[in-house]
Amino acid sequence: MKKQIIGFVFLLISSLFFAQEKVTGKITYDTNQPLQGANIYWQNTQIGAVSDENGNFSIPFSSENTILVISYVGFKTVNLTITEPKFITQNLEFDTALDEVTLTKVRKSLQKNYMAPANIQTMTSKELLKAACCNLSESFETNPSIDVNFSDAVSGSRQIRMLGLTSPYILMTEENIPAIRGASQAYGLSFVPGTWVESIQITKGAGSVANGFESISGQINYEMIKPHNDIPFFLNAYGSTDSRFELNTHFNKKVTDKWATSLFLHGNARVAKNDMNDDGFLDNPIGKQINAINRWQYTDAEKGWVSFVNFRYMNDEKQTGQVAFEPNRDRGTTNNWGSEIKTEKLDISSKIGYVSPEIPWRSVGFQNAFNYHKQNSYFGLNEYDITQRSFYSNLVYNSILSNTLHKFATGLNFTYDQFSENVNQIDFSRIDNSVGAFFEYTYCNDDDLSYVLGGRVDYHNRLGVFVTPRAHLRYKPFEKTTFRISAGRGKRSANIFAENQQLFASSRQFQILDTQGRIYGLDAEIAWNYGFSFLQGFKVFGKEAEFSVDFYRTDFQDQVVVDVDNSPQQVLFYNLDGKSFANSLQVDLSYELAQHFNIRTAYKFYDVQTTYTIGQIERPLQAKHRFFTNIAYETHVKEKGQQWKFDFTYNWMGKQRLPRTQSNPEEFRLQEFANPFSVMNAQITKTFSKTFEIYVGAENLGNYQQKNPILGNNDPFGPYFDSSMVYAPVFGAMYYTGLRFKIE
Amino acid sequence: MMKKLILVLMVSLIGISVQAQEKKNKNAKHEIEVNGNCDMCKKRIEKAALSVKGVKSAVWHIDHHDLHLVLDETKCTIDQIHQAIAKVGHDTDKVKASDEAYNNLHGCCKFDRKQ
Repeated sequence: MKKQIIGFVFLLISSLFFAQEKVTGKITYDTNQPLQGANIYWQNTQIGAVSDENGNFSIPFSSENTILVISYVGFKTVNLTITEPKFITQNLEFDTALDEVTLTKVRKSLQKNYMAPANIQTMTSKELLKAACCNLSESFETNPSIDVNFSDAVSGSRQIRMLGLTSPYILMTEENIPAIRGASQAYGLSFVPGTWVESIQITKGAGSVANGFESISGQINYEMIKPHNDIPFFLNAYGSTDSRFELNTHFNKKVTDKWATSLFLHGNARVAKNDMNDDGFLDNPIGKQINAINRWQYTDAEKGWVSFVNFRYMNDEKQTGQVAFEPNRDRGTTNNWGSEIKTEKLDISSKIGYVSPEIPWRSVGFQNAFNYHKQNSYFGLNEYDITQRSFYSNLVYNSILSNTLHKFATGLNFTYDQFSENVNQIDFSRIDNSVGAFFEYTYCNDDDLSYVLGGRVDYHNRLGVFVTPRAHLRYKPFEKTTFRISAGRGKRSANIFAENQQLFASSRQFQILDTQGRIYGLDAEIAWNYGFSFLQGFKVFGKEAEFSVDFYRTDFQDQVVVDVDNSPQQVLFYNLDGKSFANSLQVDLSYELAQHFNIRTAYKFYDVQTTYTIGQIERPLQAKHRFFTNIAYETHVKEKGQQWKFDFTYNWMGKQRLPRTQSNPEEFRLQEFANPFSVMNAQITKTFSKTFEIYVGAENLGNYQQKNPILGNNDPFGPYFDSSMVYAPVFGAMYYTGLRFKIE
Repeated sequence: MMKKLILVLMVSLIGISVQAQEKKNKNAKHEIEVNGNCDMCKKRIEKAALSVKGVKSAVWHIDHHDLHLVLDETKCTIDQIHQAIAKVGHDTDKVKASDEAYNNLHGCCKFDRKQ
């Protein structure tokens, strides 16, 4: 027993004795902040320690080890020569090389491409979260390349413009299937919930010939979330002070290792009538929408097969007009002015893709889509009904010529559109069909030069046989310098009523002046688009910056002119006789002010002129000068995913020419030009964990309001009524909040 | 009779096997080792390989120095590719570049030559 005690005491003493033989110290970084978790160890040994929350550490000393290594991820490793037990303090320096690597890993929410021959930008889902964004029409608010107009007082939906031209001149595709066209042109973007979208690709200027001949000012393609990459459950709820509520729920299931399916359900409603400016009219429509999609994806990566099947249904109802309007009582009467728009949509589409696993450059894609779109509506006493049944089929084959520097894509498209259209009891029904073949050659020397030459030949029952040539060239003399030029032709038939239906909400008489053409008596629209762009990446004080400038010109050879200037009681449609063009210049500068702190600014100049009956003048409701700024800041993501995100957007719009109203009595006249104004939006997101986040935001913080958005609002059935001349927000400041919940 | 039959069978079999050997693959896959350092090397190597008529695809991997090739064997041989790459200054597992070609390489591309 005694021996044991002695032994024990000896052990204690020896441990005490050893305790004195220690190297202790403190690890700091930056401005002497304690660094927790740094590794401290003797070189080539297992003896080590980790610094505590105060940066303190202690490590046994032994004379055999003399090199003490101090390391921490993201900092430069330090080797110290230690020959005796002592106290040391060591400040670690940031490892800048590593810092750069981690920076590039943060994906930009808006990506400009240095390599592609065409001027393509990609908006990721992260960028889409920045807007109050409930549907696709609102998701471009933080993108300077797309101008989002203010919703007209009747439909409440927003029109977009690119290069100074309205959305009918933009080809919009859903996973490369033409989607928002014909009958759905006016409101189609508001029928795609923002949460369904994975990314958006924006091509400025002449696009690829692969998707058809219709694009004139550019192409917008949106990719939806793929069942194979989706998370099991997602929920988003939203509510705003203009009494709009939205609910999105996503379900996903991996059925087998090859099959996955997603079900997205969306519902939105605006329940209360708002009339902030006391003009007796609703500022935005009340209504509800139900929207559902079921997607199936089959993937067999080994054999190279990918396939999608989509089923979709949507029902949307809107009501607007005078606050006192009661549809059941007042429709078809002059008691109160009101409007209802009911839309039903049914889409079925499929896609089969095969990439040869042996020969990866060889692939085949086959897409088929059937769409049914039915709109029944009235605007005061104007009745407008349109039903479109479409079928689209596209077969594409990709391969190479001699080697992978010379690629080509070729294919066939078939389009069938049956329109049943009724405007105030006049039947405009028609059937359009077209069949075409395309070939697109891409050369890329894997270095500084690449170009695309594309052409297609189409036969269309109304447009005849015609050729659509398009070309893009990219020259990249240095790593971060890219020049691009593009040119191309586009041709389309204008759906004059569907595209201009906001004009039904006025006392204007619709008149088509030509009778010889094959579409409503009018000719097809033909335009050439030419573009030049320059993109330069550089560093200022070690932070990434990007400068770009682009210029595009669209020249109409033939156009269907929509003339609201001849008389405030008319809208005229006629074939262009004279010049019509759109020049657009955009200068962009984006800069990372500090880590996670980005600023993006853009100046845009538009010169859009058309020859009307009264002569060649600026197109109405188009600002010549626009300025845009977006500031985004986010904090570091913490361990459990906690993060704050701040986003602020400022838009300034120069004066806009208003449609001429001089012939009206004085009280029903507008100024010649609308005053310049600015709009500010802001959003804050707080992420609590990887599963839950809350956001709050405001639109039109400065509370700018157009004074008289509805001309002749006191006498809506009189000759001076017009609610189509909206150039600024009608509703004042709007605040919203929402939450997102996900299970990964 | 029987012997003749066997002979005919054997001859035809040999004929088939010879044909099988001669039948050239239009999308033959090959991997060769090419020494190099950087992205500049990558461009140079791939460009040299693709300059040989019949090479459809050439991808060089910096990390393990493998050049993945797909070529049409009716139009070229793998030896031609070794030659073409050596000519621009890179050593392959079969053909060494001349000292002159190696010395013409950009500073960062001067890989460590294997003896």
